[in-house]
Amino acid sequence: MKKLLVTSALCAALPMAASAAEKPEALKIGMTTFLTGPASVFGVPARDAAEILVEDINANGGINGVPVEITFIDEGAGAEALTSEYRRLVESGAAEVMFASISSGNCQTIAPLAEDLQVPNFMWDCGTQKIFEENDYSYVFRTQANAAPEMLAAVAYLLKTKPDFTTIAVVNQDYAWGRDSWDIFSTALKAMKPDVEVVGEFFPKFGAPDFSTEISRLQALRPDVILSTSWGGDLDTFVQQAAQRGLTNTSTFVLPLAESSLERLGSSLPAGHIVGARGDHYFLHPERRDDDDFKAFMEKYEAETGDVSVYPVFHAAQAFAALQAAYEKAIADNGVDWPSKEQLVAAMDGLEFQGLGRPVKIREDNQGVEDQLMGTSVQAGDYPFATLENIMIFDGDELTTPVGEVSIDWVGGLDASFLDGLKVDTFEN
Amino acid sequence: MNLTIFVLALFDGIAYAALVFIVALGLTLIFGVMRILNVAHGSLYAIGAYATVSLTGAFLAMGFAPVFAFPLMLVSAILVGVLLGGPIEWLLLRRIYDKPEVLQLLVTFAVFMILEDVQRLAWGSQPYFQAAALQALGNVTLFGVTYTVYQLILLPAVALTLLLGLRFFLRRTVIGKLILATTEDREAAQSIGIDADKVFLLTFIVGAALAGLGGALASPTTSILPGMGADMIVLSFAVVATAGLGQIEGAALTALLIGLGRSFAVYVWPETAVLVPYLIMVLVLLVRPEGLFGSPAARKI
Amino acid sequence: MDTVSSAARPQAPATGAPGLRLLATLLAVAALGAVPFVAPTMQLLVNLALAKGLAVMGVTVLLRAGQVSFGHALYFAVAAYGGAFLMAAMPGADLLLLLVAGVAGATLAGLLVGLFVVRYRGIFFGMLNLAFSMIFWSILEKFYHITGGADGIRLPRPTVLGMELGRGDFELVLFYLSIALMLGLGWFTIRWFASPMGQLFQTIKTNETRLEYLGVSPRRALLSGYLLSALLCGAGGVIMGVAQGVVTPEYAWWIRSGEMVFIAVLGGSGSVQGAFIGALIYEFVRTYASAFAGDVWQMLLGGFLLVIILFAPRGVIGIVEAIGRRTARSEDTR
Repeated sequence: MKKLLVTSALCAALPMAASAAEKPEALKIGMTTFLTGPASVFGVPARDAAEILVEDINANGGINGVPVEITFIDEGAGAEALTSEYRRLVESGAAEVMFASISSGNCQTIAPLAEDLQVPNFMWDCGTQKIFEENDYSYVFRTQANAAPEMLAAVAYLLKTKPDFTTIAVVNQDYAWGRDSWDIFSTALKAMKPDVEVVGEFFPKFGAPDFSTEISRLQALRPDVILSTSWGGDLDTFVQQAAQRGLTNTSTFVLPLAESSLERLGSSLPAGHIVGARGDHYFLHPERRDDDDFKAFMEKYEAETGDVSVYPVFHAAQAFAALQAAYEKAIADNGVDWPSKEQLVAAMDGLEFQGLGRPVKIREDNQGVEDQLMGTSVQAGDYPFATLENIMIFDGDELTTPVGEVSIDWVGGLDASFLDGLKVDTFEN
Repeated sequence: MNLTIFVLALFDGIAYAALVFIVALGLTLIFGVMRILNVAHGSLYAIGAYATVSLTGAFLAMGFAPVFAFPLMLVSAILVGVLLGGPIEWLLLRRIYDKPEVLQLLVTFAVFMILEDVQRLAWGSQPYFQAAALQALGNVTLFGVTYTVYQLILLPAVALTLLLGLRFFLRRTVIGKLILATTEDREAAQSIGIDADKVFLLTFIVGAALAGLGGALASPTTSILPGMGADMIVLSFAVVATAGLGQIEGAALTALLIGLGRSFAVYVWPETAVLVPYLIMVLVLLVRPEGLFGSPAARKI
Repeated sequence: MDTVSSAARPQAPATGAPGLRLLATLLAVAALGAVPFVAPTMQLLVNLALAKGLAVMGVTVLLRAGQVSFGHALYFAVAAYGGAFLMAAMPGADLLLLLVAGVAGATLAGLLVGLFVVRYRGIFFGMLNLAFSMIFWSILEKFYHITGGADGIRLPRPTVLGMELGRGDFELVLFYLSIALMLGLGWFTIRWFASPMGQLFQTIKTNETRLEYLGVSPRRALLSGYLLSALLCGAGGVIMGVAQGVVTPEYAWWIRSGEMVFIAVLGGSGSVQGAFIGALIYEFVRTYASAFAGDVWQMLLGGFLLVIILFAPRGVIGIVEAIGRRTARSEDTR
């Protein structure tokens, strides 16, 4: 009788045991990030954050007792080196889960590769909305928002805070992000406010060292609003040159990525311009700044790097939060000690996790739904650089393109009433 | 296009051309004298900019007034010329004057690759911005458009001074005449007792210092970041080749042509601004293979 | 001027024992062919190196005439983009069709540009090529809605003889196609050097005027070599684009062209085998240096190149041949 019981228990346990994996000595993660090149303004902070996060996870006993190890791949070495290094890492077993990548171009190269290699891949920072709109993936997930909600938040904030403007010009970097973000922004703007006139479109080359001519032209055009989704050195140069020549006094700038440049811009960014952060990312996040985990991380990061956190740090934190949550969920769902790859991937559906911002949720199309924070610059004197006031946090559910729809068509079908229906939380600073 | 826009584009073009000319000047001087097209010129330009930013930052932190940025630009340029230009000529180029052009070009390409990493190791990959010098001079407003005095007046003035100064130096001073003589015929110059090695060393130091000065002068108007040298060097190539290799006055006119072409493109059809310098180069070289001001080289039989 | 000319002089007898040289080449090819089975993680890397090697062979051809092009990445990019556009227009097009179309596109571009640039020599030849490639680069960068701008366009996996293959099988096919191209085009190029046109072409380096006295147009000779070099770069470009699955304007960027000349000199200027040896060394140093010493891989390669130019101007192949000759001599004396 006893024997029979044992056998049936074994039989019952068998299907699970067969699909569970043996607990490894360490959970190996590979992360692609820019350590060289212009985009290292994002990549290096993200790497520093990842190192702190791994340290923290391991100090707290790892994931179900398994410590995390991380290897970095430099996206700056070019697509060839990136893909061969990515494959080497996965095929040699040096990484079980991959975090890739920053560049949208690299995401588009790596997504099909991850699918072929059947390695769970978290797209932790790239912006292009096209990944899940053009293809279905079962191993690729995005632990943050994409260009569509990020641009919609900027349009919504602009229309809410400055409803009466009539002319706009754009100065974006000449590559996929600059072009695509303008397509979404302008389509949404025209849908919600059809009387706006676009008076100038400039796409100076990526990494342009000088915007003098564009600024002269903009001063002659005198648009009410100037949009720039540029980042890094390009944005710094553009804003500084614009400020030097007084363009920031005559036009309102909308800078959806400027949160990552605030500290470098110092006093060059005057008050009254609109700043975004590609999600609810801000080192003085109005809802999170008094939380212990948030404060502890910010202090540690600042102590180790000497800089305040910027959005890639938040995106890295979200990727790790997703990793932890997914393993914990897979372990609990299946009642195993350590999940198999299939169990891990299954746990991603509908996964909710919280990094350093508000909670993020993975949708059925593997896209993350993330809230969006926008604010207006102010030189308050608390820091030697501009901080934000009149902060609005938009609900990600409402801004994210519905599953199965193409972003550019969806935003084109919106109208002014969309703005009134949005759920927004407003904070003074 | 109305007159205002024409004038505005003219101003922008001149300011841009001035900077390009200063960099191209060093490149064409080195080629004219040594027959070497120095790819590493772009790196020297970038290092000049980095050095200026670091020095200015340090001096401002010590409490000096922003006008000190101007002498520091000169200091940076001289440092680039002496500390980098000198050793490059002395240790590397000197060994390859009798080698084929291809190899000479590649030696400077190798130096370029090495210096790109040196910059990254020394200054990291985050952009720098140091505009104290530019702010010190203030702005002028013309036709409702605000320009910086630095870009509209100072840069063209420096470019013009360098052009005239170098002309004077080469034609009227003894050292300049020695350089010209060596350029004309190295062996004959050596036979009358000119130390060609010294002339080459001096030329390269001056050329490298001009690259550094270009970077120093550009530094307040731009973000300093890795890769800036690679962009500048192709542009200076375009200027130097279009003008005719070794043509100093020609380089000035060509820089102006390219600068104006680019700024008018921004006003008329912004998408083509990047294309303009290379289009000008190809069109000119197709019509005049030796460049606008070059003279056909004698054929060796 | 002795460095390149000894390799370029067609009538110079093969150094060392010809049999030994052939044996070494065969062994090297066999070793390459075994890579997918012996070291599968290296397969992609070697394949990229082979693609680059094909293009470097194109630059090598011009070096035989004493000309250096700082713009041959143009043909590399033309072919790769040609392939990508073809895939976009005809989803599921065949790999061989892609190769033929890309190479034809590169050769046509070579003809158009070549007609102009063969009038020039030396630095001007190099600069004019640079200008053409930079124009193409600017067009690729600026016309975003057609070319995908700086991010380029995807080049999805083509079919092979009508079959849709999985990644593993396809990469194996691509790998052996690259080896076949290396052998076929390499053999053709060596034969071409020995052909009357090839001999005339190489005379441009040593004494162009003599060609004119012979009543031969140096421009025609140079143009035929130029077309061959564009074709070779095109073949490399298609393989590279297909292997990576994406083509970007960076393919036409001047540093790419510089890299090709760099590799050609590294391997041994003027040597067909040297082009591939150089490409393999370059890719390995680049990949492993950037994995283990991320900040200094350019510095390492630059230093390597300086050492080669200053101390072994005939490149790696020159070193190998010197060793081979010494071995052969010691055998002779025995």
